[in-house]
Amino acid sequence: MRTHIRPVRGLQSPGFAELWRYRDLFWEMAMRDVRLRYRQTVLGVAWVVLQPLLGAGILSFVFGSIAPGSTTFLVSFVGLLGWNVFSGTLLKAATSLMTNSSLVSKVFFPRLLLPFSTSVSTLIDFAVSLVMLLMILVLNGVLPGLSMLLAPLWIAIIMGCGMGIGLVCGALSVRFRDVNHILPVVLNFMLYASPVAYGLSRIPDKLRDIVVWNPLSYPLEGLRSAMLGTGTVSLETFVFAGVSSVVLLLGGIFIFKYLERDFADVI
Amino acid sequence: MSSDLAISIRGISKSFLIYHEKPHRTTMADALLSKLREVNAGAETFWALQDVSFDVPRGEALAIVGRNGAGKSTLLKILSRIMTPTRGEIDIEGRVGSLLEVGTGFHPELTGRENIFLNGAILGMRRQEIRRQFDSIVEFAEISKFLDTPVKRYSSGMYVRLAFAVAAHLSPDVLIVDEVLAVGDAKFQRKCLDKMREVATRDGRVVLFVSHNMGALGQICSRGILIDEGRVVNDAPIQEIVQGYLASGSGGAGEAILAEDVERQRQVKPAFFHRASLLSEGGMPVSEVPAREGFSVKMVYEVPQPISRLEISVRVTTAEGNPVFTALQSDALQEVFLNEQRGLFEAEAKFPALLLMPGEYALTLRAQLSGSQVYDQHDNVLPFTVTENGTSFAPYGNDHRYFGVVLHRADWVRRELDGPEVP
Repeated sequence: MRTHIRPVRGLQSPGFAELWRYRDLFWEMAMRDVRLRYRQTVLGVAWVVLQPLLGAGILSFVFGSIAPGSTTFLVSFVGLLGWNVFSGTLLKAATSLMTNSSLVSKVFFPRLLLPFSTSVSTLIDFAVSLVMLLMILVLNGVLPGLSMLLAPLWIAIIMGCGMGIGLVCGALSVRFRDVNHILPVVLNFMLYASPVAYGLSRIPDKLRDIVVWNPLSYPLEGLRSAMLGTGTVSLETFVFAGVSSVVLLLGGIFIFKYLERDFADVI
Repeated sequence: MSSDLAISIRGISKSFLIYHEKPHRTTMADALLSKLREVNAGAETFWALQDVSFDVPRGEALAIVGRNGAGKSTLLKILSRIMTPTRGEIDIEGRVGSLLEVGTGFHPELTGRENIFLNGAILGMRRQEIRRQFDSIVEFAEISKFLDTPVKRYSSGMYVRLAFAVAAHLSPDVLIVDEVLAVGDAKFQRKCLDKMREVATRDGRVVLFVSHNMGALGQICSRGILIDEGRVVNDAPIQEIVQGYLASGSGGAGEAILAEDVERQRQVKPAFFHRASLLSEGGMPVSEVPAREGFSVKMVYEVPQPISRLEISVRVTTAEGNPVFTALQSDALQEVFLNEQRGLFEAEAKFPALLLMPGEYALTLRAQLSGSQVYDQHDNVLPFTVTENGTSFAPYGNDHRYFGVVLHRADWVRRELDGPEVP
């Protein structure tokens, strides 16, 4: 094996071959996150279930009180599951470099592994809540239909968006620590600006032209239609959402790779 | 690159941008504006490495020697691919394993077993490789009873042993080691040195070793590179390098300037030394201390912001760099330790007569957060000679080292025993 080291200039390829060589490290990092998340919490897995249940309860209560009939618990719950995948992916990816700064400054490995590996624990959280959702659906007499098979695709699209933005935020946070202070505020705004607690159809026409440019609008609606059979999605919206997710993800990867060269200098 | 070379380094330079910040800003808008201006205007380029070139043939153990801030760590980071060079090229043949810190990535909440797999993967080992070596790692670390205990409950000795054990089982073609042996007890340090020597002498392996422990470097390496201010100033057999390094340690006799760019230090270090001197009983700066007289070390250090738990320490080492003892400021000045004010301070550590055996010594000065992060450290400063002026060992000739490095007079008691009468 020969290593050639030289100054890095311009755009870099994501280095998939090297990422693959380090796949064991991906798993070790992912498992570390998962273990740490469930160890030393009294209720353990229960938190993963309780958090979206309480969240959806609050959202549907508040929105239901302000605009009666605009939402139901299930609409909010499914929306929140999708939202949690997005915000979880984004936040964990964005903070992964700074929380592992000693690794970045002392060891070599493909830096993309840090944000990428966080997605595993996000997915596990989602899987746990998904089981919860299915149970609620069955108790309500709603039987899962074939449309549910589309849910993984919508989740992948949501993760792609979150990861793409998270990669850029994470790479920027190495130089500008402010990023991690601003993020929660922006996310909080996005939670209300996205159709999380309400369906896309509830949005007034004049606002809808703006809202559809939110990369989360269609995927959240899509996830809801896959799980609950409500809402409006077409092949067109699916393609639009898919393409924007891939563009965000690839853009994020390239920006990350561009900023990566200076990580160890400034972290 | 010719086939008997393991590493070829050609013209490596590395620059950093250093940002100067103005301390007094009145409003946030003001701060933002000046920040924007400074992104370009206030930055200064600092060259950590300049045109470094050398080759390392297969099977060689090479020492990289230099004062703190000389650029050694930057060079190792570039070789490990943690940093990218600004200029120049490097070719490395074979798998690189680098150990810039013991236990990087260890997580206190995870068990010993989990950390072995995590740390192994971080160092670049495949999972089946770690599994194959697992028993050997546990045995080397001597922690088999605590495998399933979170490492936060480990003693610091166990922690270091486990961390080094994982690293020692990495079997790269090129091993890069930075100052990791400064930890652990003497017995374990020896074990680590043996392990490194074993790696170094194995067929065609290459070891690059940075340390301030000249004794260890002499044992492992055959050749040395001396780096100063980012440039290679000497490339020679190890003995020559070690002697040159030790000789270059001092400024004027008994005095050393430790901070060159005070302005910059103030921005990056929570505490740092300005200067230090070695004083005779009469208060004169000296580089020779008679064994039957006391001496003191006077340090001037600055604390830009109030901090607590600041530990200032003086370590006396032998000329080879082996520690003799360390004096902690907190032992004597507890209230200062708990609540340090900002300001410029002068501290003096006094040592009694008849403490050190005649011979060659040097000092290591350190400012750190107690038991943790080191803010400022200066190795091999104020080298001095303890001279024979009539100690009890004077009749034994010049080779005092045979008796040890510490002069200590025990309290002797003798009584006559009842027994057969001596004819």
